[in-house]
Amino acid sequence: MSRKPYVRKVSKTRWYFKHPRYLRYMSREVTCFFIGAFALLMLCTVERLSEGKAAYESFIAAITGPWSALGLTVVLAFALHNTTSWFNVTPKAMPVQIGEDFLPGKFIVGAHYAAWLIASLLILYFAQVI
Amino acid sequence: MAKSNKPIVWSLFAAGGTLAAFLAPVLVLLFLLVALGHPPALLGYDQLHAFAAHWLGKIFLLAVIVLFLWHAAHRLRITMHDFGLRQDFLVAVIVYLVAAAGSVLTLLYLLRI
Repeated sequence: MSRKPYVRKVSKTRWYFKHPRYLRYMSREVTCFFIGAFALLMLCTVERLSEGKAAYESFIAAITGPWSALGLTVVLAFALHNTTSWFNVTPKAMPVQIGEDFLPGKFIVGAHYAAWLIASLLILYFAQVI
Repeated sequence: MAKSNKPIVWSLFAAGGTLAAFLAPVLVLLFLLVALGHPPALLGYDQLHAFAAHWLGKIFLLAVIVLFLWHAAHRLRITMHDFGLRQDFLVAVIVYLVAAAGSVLTLLYLLRI
């Protein structure tokens, strides 16, 4: 028997450029870089806060400026991408059954967006932005 | 039955992802306002210190930072594999160690406030 098995050549490092669907998957996955970086930024904030007023205020001065604004805008874009992609799969992740039927996905997704809006407004109010 | 740590890290990933979905955009926005030179009143030293000094503020900050870290760590582990890095054990050890160290440090800093 001399059969040649069919071996598909798939690049280990660039496979996600083959199809838009794979690229969308990767765009969701890479949001973790930005969520992780932001968690580290908050960790630094808490660290400086624990060191006293002078240390904290020099930290705030250090993150003021156009480059950190640019960086945080990118982080914000990926954070929003995480939010929308996370909410849009909630009907699959936690379907709600009522009797024989399932609650239509749009209600589950809509409830998440509504709660997100309220939570965001509450935090903006608490931070005295609005 | 084989033991696996997957349920633990996966539940931290899911909890962190959900919390990040709800809170990350608005929290990033607060820092973006700082970067733009319009810091929100909450991020002034006195107000943030008072917030973090209260036990409720401590719990909020601890939950946000720790769950964001574990969420990012677990997803980063999977993403490294997707980017072609086939060293899962090494990657897992590094990302979970960073998340664990960050969690402990967050707790220590908060307890100092």
